[in-house]
Amino acid sequence: MTAPRDKLGRPVVVVTGMGIMTSLGAGKADNWAKLVAGESGIRTITRFPIDGLKTTMAGTVDFVSVDPFSSTALSERMAELVTQEALEQAGIGAKADFPGPLFLAVAPVEVEWPQRRELGRAVGQLDITYDDLLRISGGGKYSAYHHRFMFGSVAAHLAETFGTKGSPISLSTACASGATSIQLGVEAIRRGETDAALCVATDGTVNPEALVRFSLLSALSTQNDPPQAASRPFSKNRDGFVMAEGAGALVLESYEAATARGAKILGVIAGCGELTDSFHRTRSSPDGKPIIGCMNKTLADAGMTPDQIDHINAHGTSTPENDKMEFNTTSAVFGELAQKIPVTSNKSMVGHTISAAGAVEAIFSLLTLEHQRIPPTINYETPDPTILFNVVGNKARDARVTAVMSNSFGFGGQNASLILTREPA
Amino acid sequence: MTDTPASKPGQTEVWITGIGLATSLGEGLDANWAALQEKRINVDEKGFAPYVVHPLMPVAFDNQIPKKGDQRQMEAWQRIGTYAAGLALDSAGIKGNKDILSKIDMVIAAGGGERDLNVDSGVLTAEAKGANAPGFLNERLMSDLRPTLFLAQLSNLLAGNIAIVHGLGGTSRTFMGEEVAGADAARIALARIASGESDIALVGGSHNGERKDLLVLYEFGDFNLKDKFAPVWARKDHPGFALGSAGAFLVLESRAHAEARGAKPFAKLTSVVADLARRKQPGDMAATLEKLWGKLPKREGKSAIISGATGAEPATSEERGFLKNHADLPVRSTGTVFGHAMETQFPLGIALAALSISRGALFPPNDSTGTEIEMQGAPTQIVVVGAGHWRGEGMALVEAV
Repeated sequence: MTAPRDKLGRPVVVVTGMGIMTSLGAGKADNWAKLVAGESGIRTITRFPIDGLKTTMAGTVDFVSVDPFSSTALSERMAELVTQEALEQAGIGAKADFPGPLFLAVAPVEVEWPQRRELGRAVGQLDITYDDLLRISGGGKYSAYHHRFMFGSVAAHLAETFGTKGSPISLSTACASGATSIQLGVEAIRRGETDAALCVATDGTVNPEALVRFSLLSALSTQNDPPQAASRPFSKNRDGFVMAEGAGALVLESYEAATARGAKILGVIAGCGELTDSFHRTRSSPDGKPIIGCMNKTLADAGMTPDQIDHINAHGTSTPENDKMEFNTTSAVFGELAQKIPVTSNKSMVGHTISAAGAVEAIFSLLTLEHQRIPPTINYETPDPTILFNVVGNKARDARVTAVMSNSFGFGGQNASLILTREPA
Repeated sequence: MTDTPASKPGQTEVWITGIGLATSLGEGLDANWAALQEKRINVDEKGFAPYVVHPLMPVAFDNQIPKKGDQRQMEAWQRIGTYAAGLALDSAGIKGNKDILSKIDMVIAAGGGERDLNVDSGVLTAEAKGANAPGFLNERLMSDLRPTLFLAQLSNLLAGNIAIVHGLGGTSRTFMGEEVAGADAARIALARIASGESDIALVGGSHNGERKDLLVLYEFGDFNLKDKFAPVWARKDHPGFALGSAGAFLVLESRAHAEARGAKPFAKLTSVVADLARRKQPGDMAATLEKLWGKLPKREGKSAIISGATGAEPATSEERGFLKNHADLPVRSTGTVFGHAMETQFPLGIALAALSISRGALFPPNDSTGTEIEMQGAPTQIVVVGAGHWRGEGMALVEAV
């Protein structure tokens, strides 16, 4: 019997349900099988024309359909499906009656091109200004677009569908959003506000403008052929990240509440940390101090030392800057252990699921703990000689894994890390 | 049944030690207070006709955002917010204080940034004129979008810009979700400080209401106020909100942290609660507001209400129904005076509540319907009500220290 409180006297927060969807497929079983087999979900985009684009591949989720299509509707549907999976596993509450709050990581919502084009056509003249769009937008014909493109729309839908309690929070910390949603849930349980929290992260934003935006910032890989080889974290010839879609949901509970109802414990969120980098909008401080501080805060939050971490699920975006920075900062925190601890990047296979990545990768980390097997970093053919990580290259590796650090770093100086363990410490 | 929690009595007291305002009435506390006393309203019925907006009173952005390069990297909503955040840090006396700024926690309520209207209308015009090649949109976006525009649009880059310009290095969280995001930002920041997870936080939001792309979004639902301004309570037969430009930021601080550095409070933030009414039936929203009211700690002092009612229906009528149950309390509408600043409206309401308490008087009514009544004497407790035009309800209790 383990203590229900951690070293700092706070309730231990455990995971009792998980749901996941990526370009590899739907659900934990399918994703895990493909992940450890080293399969890639990256493919040439078929959802919209790719003419004129520098990057023509992505990790799209094409097997979920929504009508009418919008990135927000896809994000919502994926979030709904992964939440169903997580709730089925957790067996918590009653149908449409989840006994706690919702924390949702979601991409910022905006009116999208299909809808804008529909308005343009409805104007019915050759020169179109925003005044023309305004003139025809009212009267109720497009009221569904108002409801769809509210920032809070996805969270409101999930809250109503699953009966979460209180005001659902929609959040964005860019590429760290998924980790932040988990952190908010952990904090709410530790404060004793609730015994359970539903943490969901979703991103379905592979659309032309989103792709162009990242392309214009030179953030994306342009190694389009073959698409499966584009995402190559820690490789010398990496040239950018690959946009991808996906979603993850976690049911968090206090250890006490979970054991009281006899729930199966899938893992523990032992520590969370975050630290803002005020150096630049898209680049990390060259000294790496905010990331180093973020990792150290997370270790302190978990009451652990670097030698207790036996696997790192890296942010590993496959951009030239990120991967190098991640090695340097990890080395600063872990010393020589940074070259010994097995490191992997799930993004080599599923791409960068942006707002969902933190949750998707936390779930993969928990599955790693469950199966005692580390998924590979594929496309690791030409290691970057300056990145001396012990990369789990190309083939999955059986290993004794008791504690995983999962990192997320994002635009706007967002850094967040999680430590996940199998058992309460 | 788990409810959205309020801060528990007996936890650390949380003070409001800094307020930053940049609004349609002006910048800073004195300018806004003076305009409220004079019942001034800055409303533009012509610039976006037939839509009514409350434009930002121009500010010298250089005063808070000294680098032109930083200003160029932002769109108006981020400039307004970064400016107002700087005013809040000044007000709290922590501007440039590296020890404190390196650990301050940000919880920001944000929407998204403005689109490049010329790019959008250029694409639509070209398509109307026959451009229909499969890659047409891609090519135009690749060539016409300003590469850094994305960063001026991303919700979390308001926080990012504040961190860069003012040197903040603690934590940073951005909440989205229209009006209630502002309440949730205050709620989470309060809970974290009250429980000892955080000592000091910067909370707030900013909004540029002078945007045609936003008007389109709200016009889909016929929510924009058209043709003629009227106080929020007088719009029943001509409903809608007038978008307002505003930045409102608060520095929240544990009492111990404030006292240790000799900071004086404007007021204390006692409780913030929020919920999501289903709003399927008439009365749903009013019932949720009543439930939230019941969750606030008992009011025994001289109380008032500051409402963020939008003027849109049916939400405003629902809120009036709720307010009727508490008709003994003087009410003020921020929407009438400042317009509707969406995510920013709730932090603005808390700011005005704290300001009223610290200045020993509620600002005068500004209403033709009799909903707002005069208040004699100094308020010691002000309830801030924030009910979204479509979803989300929040409430806060601000009290004299």
